[in-house]
Amino acid sequence: MNMLAYIFRRLLQTIPVMLVVAVFIFLMLRLTPSDPAAIIAGDNATAEQVAQIRSQLGLDQPMLQQFVIWIGKVLHGDFGESFFFKKTVAELIGERIEPTLSLAFFTIVIAVLVAVPLGVLAAHRQGSWVDRLVMGFSVLGFSVPTFVVGYLLIYVFAVWLNWLPVQGYQHISDGIWGWAQRLILPALTLSVIYIALIARMTRASVLEVLSEDYIRTARAKGQIERRVLFRHALRNAAVPIVTVIGLGIALLIGGVVVTESLYTIPGLGRLTVDAVLARDYPTIQAVILLFSFTYVMINLAVDLTYTLLDPRIRY
Amino acid sequence: MGGIRRAVFAALCAAGLSFATAPAMAGTTLKAVMHSDVKILDPIWTTAYIVRNFGYMIYDTLLAQDEKGDIKPQMVDKYEVSADGKTYTFTLREGLVWHDGNPVTSEDCAASIKRWGARDAMGQKMMSFVEAITPVDAKTFTIKLKEPTGLVLLGLSKPSSNVPFMMPKRVAETDPYKQIEDLTGSGPFVFVKDEWKPGDKTVFVKFDKYKPRSEPASGLAGGKVAHLDRVEWLAISDQQQAVNALQKGEIDMIEQPSHDLLDVLKKDPDITILNIPQLKAQYVFRPNWLQKPFDNPKIRQALWYAFNQEDFLMATIGSEDYIKECKALFICDTPFGSLAGTDGILTSNVKKAQELLKEAGYDGTPVVLMHSTDLKALTNLAPVAKSLMEKAGFKVDMQSMDWQTLVARRAKKDPPNAGGWHAFMTSWVTADVMNPVSAAYVNSSCDKASFGWPCDEKMEKLRDEFAREPDPAKQKAIAEAVQLRNIEMTQLIPLGEYLQPVALRKNVTGFLAAPAPVFWNLEKK
Repeated sequence: MNMLAYIFRRLLQTIPVMLVVAVFIFLMLRLTPSDPAAIIAGDNATAEQVAQIRSQLGLDQPMLQQFVIWIGKVLHGDFGESFFFKKTVAELIGERIEPTLSLAFFTIVIAVLVAVPLGVLAAHRQGSWVDRLVMGFSVLGFSVPTFVVGYLLIYVFAVWLNWLPVQGYQHISDGIWGWAQRLILPALTLSVIYIALIARMTRASVLEVLSEDYIRTARAKGQIERRVLFRHALRNAAVPIVTVIGLGIALLIGGVVVTESLYTIPGLGRLTVDAVLARDYPTIQAVILLFSFTYVMINLAVDLTYTLLDPRIRY
Repeated sequence: MGGIRRAVFAALCAAGLSFATAPAMAGTTLKAVMHSDVKILDPIWTTAYIVRNFGYMIYDTLLAQDEKGDIKPQMVDKYEVSADGKTYTFTLREGLVWHDGNPVTSEDCAASIKRWGARDAMGQKMMSFVEAITPVDAKTFTIKLKEPTGLVLLGLSKPSSNVPFMMPKRVAETDPYKQIEDLTGSGPFVFVKDEWKPGDKTVFVKFDKYKPRSEPASGLAGGKVAHLDRVEWLAISDQQQAVNALQKGEIDMIEQPSHDLLDVLKKDPDITILNIPQLKAQYVFRPNWLQKPFDNPKIRQALWYAFNQEDFLMATIGSEDYIKECKALFICDTPFGSLAGTDGILTSNVKKAQELLKEAGYDGTPVVLMHSTDLKALTNLAPVAKSLMEKAGFKVDMQSMDWQTLVARRAKKDPPNAGGWHAFMTSWVTADVMNPVSAAYVNSSCDKASFGWPCDEKMEKLRDEFAREPDPAKQKAIAEAVQLRNIEMTQLIPLGEYLQPVALRKNVTGFLAAPAPVFWNLEKK
């Protein structure tokens, strides 16, 4: 019951957070020196044509009135229609969600599968060349920008070795093989920074746990090292690692923007870039709200996961 | 551990081998990366070039200009002009049908001309001469004028935005200020709306019932024979990635490859680079006549002596293969291109510029120069202008911003210290600036003129004379007078011309030399 009350309380807390985000993004867009009507009208348009389009879009209304109309619609689940695409924003987001979820899923799976064993290994061989190699890679992973990693991987695996496509996305319904094939390079590109982040945190947490008495006891009982590492050390080091993974998933939201643009993946990241460049207010507002909501929900999920990993934690 | 390492290595090798890319799709699907993504679909509602290109895929035009710029019938079988020059009679070709199978009628064309005439600047000018557009029978209609003008043929064959595309009557009757939703055309390709994913791809398929003219294709005229079964425009925003994809054969064409990547493409034996003269563009400097110091014609004139074209062209395009110094207002090597009155200007004659500024009493008011930073073709223009203007004695406040911010800001008439501006630079494609009526920045009708708002009665008189004049030889003389007036008053300053090549895979042939990229006549072997 306590847990349910906690979840309910946390969900209630999202309402003011989302409201602040809504006000902030609305004001930021309106106060930026830009004019979607001028962009839509094109270079040859006269001032009258631009004014007419501005009026059609409702951008000539007072800002407060625009906000009230928008927030009223949002509360009814209507995010409006894109200024450019003649499609509802919900429809646009619906089309773009699969590629982004696919990319995020691939990325996090690669990151966890690679980073956690690397971190445990580095902790186990603390001070050895393996440790230095993992930590060196970690520093490199943090330091090299995503687009550089992307270009490097494209050059090696797509242009030079010709193993994988340069760009594009195939929907899962059109074949799982083509879908996976087109996600490998983007997911690898995006996962580098998370591998670095998670590996470092895993190493630090496991190192701390390895000095505990119960690890010495387990070893004294004659348990094999792999069991000591993964059953006793990793499990007890899991809370900070899960926190970092959770944060990583949330940070992926930003990462997909660059990666999707680089690999021409028609996901939410590219939609955000296109919408920002075109000053497509309804789309930008909806996508930012969606990203914020996802961020809040991931944080909640991470908090709840703690109780599963550590029975001592109660809400 | 050794076992784990071996297993990982083996798995990676296996993955690498098994993920080898499948061969490119066979058949006649052509994949192209255009200069922009298709977001809006109404080519009368917006002047954006990508929507114009979209229009050429699915719509047809009554008249069209061939490779030399000569006006030829397209949907029209024949046309006649009455002896007094006040009545044009057009007869449509037999066998023209819309994508929904219905025949194209004269009523459809009359409604389409009216909608275009309500939106397009040249169309509006033409319509000011029109008394009535009347369907005579299903295939014939007349345009009756209040007085003779050369604009009917020039307007109906206008090659660039807004192009007078023909639409079914039910579509053409849409309010010109609302976007159309029914995309039924009669052009050689059909838009596949179900597969349209903005930000991803735009798909067209061949229209089997299209009846091309019998003449060979030339420019935008002649037989529009579609050899491709399907055309996909892919939205690849990263130029390097587009080049990678072209080299790998994942795509077949890049409409506007970045100039700095052309050397990479040139070295690839599987790629053809085409330089199409009709796709030339012109850089221009646009002063704001409303704001001091550019409200003073003499101060504006100093700019002609401060600038030289070579510096701008080399800083932006960077290769002599793709640039042309040309001081003509209406583009060199086109019917109204002329060098009249250009001796001595655009040579960075700093001394002369300084003298003019002194005579004009320039008080050192800083010129707010808007600098677009995100469009590669424009980024280096403003820094060059700033440097040349400062040498001439101007004080320059260069303000950097992205292009869309510039687009919004240039519409403001406020003083520069209240969000307005003094000058910016942009480029125009040849097709838009080939005569005094279509060139938007020559329009000097004060408040009704384009951003910069030049106000010059004499220039407007010349433009009206051009519009009234049906004789091309006399039109040329008027166009020269317009050029001389522009040098005197400085509505705009041409900063040189550059070629925008097209990159194609070697197996793609038949790209037409036209002022807009078109996909009929293209073959993929």
